[in-house]
Amino acid sequence: MKPFIICEHVGFGYENQDAVVDLSLEVEPGDYLCIVGANGSGKSTLVKGILGLLKPTSGKLAVAEELRRSGIGYLPQQTAAQKDFPATVYEVVVSGTLSRRGNRPFYSKREKSLAGRNMERLGIYGLRRQCYRELSGGQQQRVLIARALCATKQMLILDEPITGLDPAAIQGFYRLVKELNQNDGITIIMVSHDIHNVVTQANKVLHMQQRALFYGSAADYRKSAAGREFLGEGPEG
Amino acid sequence: MGIVGEMLSYPFLVRAFVGGILISLCAALLGVSLVLKRYSMIGDGLSHVSFGALSIAIAIGWSPLAVSLPVVALAAFFLLRLTENSKVKSDAAIGMISASSLAIGIVATSLTTGMTTDVSSYMFGSILAMSRGDVALSAVLSLVVLGLFVFSYHKIFAVTFDESFAKATGVKVEFYNIMTAMLTAVAIVLGMRMMGAMLISSLIIFPSLTAMRLFKSFRGVVWCSGVLSALCFCIGMVLSYRLSTPAGASVVLVNLAAFAMFSLVGLTVKKK
Repeated sequence: MKPFIICEHVGFGYENQDAVVDLSLEVEPGDYLCIVGANGSGKSTLVKGILGLLKPTSGKLAVAEELRRSGIGYLPQQTAAQKDFPATVYEVVVSGTLSRRGNRPFYSKREKSLAGRNMERLGIYGLRRQCYRELSGGQQQRVLIARALCATKQMLILDEPITGLDPAAIQGFYRLVKELNQNDGITIIMVSHDIHNVVTQANKVLHMQQRALFYGSAADYRKSAAGREFLGEGPEG
Repeated sequence: MGIVGEMLSYPFLVRAFVGGILISLCAALLGVSLVLKRYSMIGDGLSHVSFGALSIAIAIGWSPLAVSLPVVALAAFFLLRLTENSKVKSDAAIGMISASSLAIGIVATSLTTGMTTDVSSYMFGSILAMSRGDVALSAVLSLVVLGLFVFSYHKIFAVTFDESFAKATGVKVEFYNIMTAMLTAVAIVLGMRMMGAMLISSLIIFPSLTAMRLFKSFRGVVWCSGVLSALCFCIGMVLSYRLSTPAGASVVLVNLAAFAMFSLVGLTVKKK
């Protein structure tokens, strides 16, 4: 199969400041790619580039036609405003179908049933009339994934999804993403700080500091110099 | 009910009711989005800019609406930019713009006509301000605002709830932000002569805050704040007629009472 996303020596920047330099990677269908790195290392910038919200300043970024048509499901970092937002679970989930709708003002039956199916899939159908702000962190994350799945059938991009979750919810969240990846064949790109869990979950790891310090399989990452240092095992360990 | 019938026998009061209800409705609907996005101060800033523009228009002798509409729309555009650009502390900047516009308005007035009852009516509102032409214009613009709001309701929800996600799914976030700001500018310019420049922003902020005490869905909040806003306006008008108090201030106080009532009910519901 053709790769979904190909970056060749791609660079991104804001006003004569480079955020991402000379980065090459390929995302193939079914991949589970994790992007790690310190704060300000260009992770979120790269994600914006892949979503098409930023134009590369150099190099080439190609998104497969198939993926462009079906759309990418995006899970942004949560904002403070969302914490007291009056909206039901259903209202949030169904808003994921917006990209399919063009300029029609109301949702069709198909879009409503798509939202219903995705809520069932994530086990939040029973919560659909509840208020989003009254849910636990783990439940909120499920709502946002259901919304993202309304926008795509093929790829999810998760930007620091576990921020603010308690440890039990974090494990549940990883299980859920793994299931989506393995059972439903959804390609995953996840930006995360949680390096220890990530290397057990993903099949590919990109460790970046403006440029790629490491890019390859998760197993190789554990043996690499960058990986050892970041995992806190020291160069010899 | 007798008092309402009596009020409606005055043509200028009928005009005030029609114009006021439409404007309250628009302000409340736009307010839901503005308050949730933490943009409520934009409404306040715009009303002050509107006062400045109005005073200058009067001083020069031009039509107040024709001057303040474009000026406030322009200000709305800039205030939005200010708020989106996180480098500038937007609350401070809006405070500065508010005070400056007010000062410009006051100086322009005192240099020409002096502080007359006219100026005081712009600051605190007057139900006599609505001429036949004003009502017609308010009605048309309000219907445009309502139409656009209904038509793009789901997109406004998406943009309000999560800008990044909306952008990623291909919604033109910028466009909807600018549209909301422009429509707010229109609602403020239309409403400020009746409500007063100092009080008009309450029409934007109060109804949605009140509705959020009790309602948990976006749709519920939108409906409730629209209905509440129109209702509070009518009650405020009747009280103002009965007690001979200024209309704008009366409407604000009724809104405050509604807020207190909803908060109380909200608290008791939560305790159960």
